[in-house]
Amino acid sequence: MTINKESKGSKLTMAIQGRVDTTTAPELDKQLRESIDGVTDLILDFTKVEYVSSAGLRVLLSAQKIMNKQGQMKLIGVSDDIKEIFDITGFSEILTFE
Amino acid sequence: MKEIDITAVVENLSTVIDFVDEQLQAANCPMKIQMQIDVAVEEIFVNISNYAYGPDVGPATVRVSITDQPPMVDITFIDNGVPYDPLKREDPDISLSAEQRGIGGLGIFIVKKSMDDVKYEYRDGHNILTLKKGLN
Repeated sequence: MTINKESKGSKLTMAIQGRVDTTTAPELDKQLRESIDGVTDLILDFTKVEYVSSAGLRVLLSAQKIMNKQGQMKLIGVSDDIKEIFDITGFSEILTFE
Repeated sequence: MKEIDITAVVENLSTVIDFVDEQLQAANCPMKIQMQIDVAVEEIFVNISNYAYGPDVGPATVRVSITDQPPMVDITFIDNGVPYDPLKREDPDISLSAEQRGIGGLGIFIVKKSMDDVKYEYRDGHNILTLKKGLN
């Protein structure tokens, strides 16, 4: 997994590439926590995400909880296969997609 | 049928996934189903790695058996750690808001929802968990 960050004022876009699994999710969590101080618009670009397991869902949930307090979070470019994991876990109701 | 005997540690997750994917690809499994199976395999293998042997480390066997008619895969996980039936875990309430939701039980819930069948038994000192999924 690789992460590219692009910051513009209080807007942060994180483009994630590869697999978000048990071994890589802690790194995503760390990067998010380091970067979202003062961010009001968080965009997670999932266009190049190939795979998400429950470890990834946990990171997204904690990021969403933080962003609910300080602004908004959006996921863009989520593939149908990954959307299905969000659907069966009820995460589609918690997360915002564009 | 093919199987791999491996130390149950999270560091070996990619070896297990690669092993399973190799069998699935040989059977022309669609990518979407392969991803669902990979997620389920990850949840089960990581559970065994984190909990089966407490603070110690122990072995796991992952067995993949594919049939043609109907196209179907059986993936069996065997460990000799503490008896634990993950299917007994209560399902998370998926209707709660982000604030109310905890992070527990999500992995096994995904496994139950995405596989066609999941079975657990404890036999001769072994936890035996089998996933079943149609390949088309």
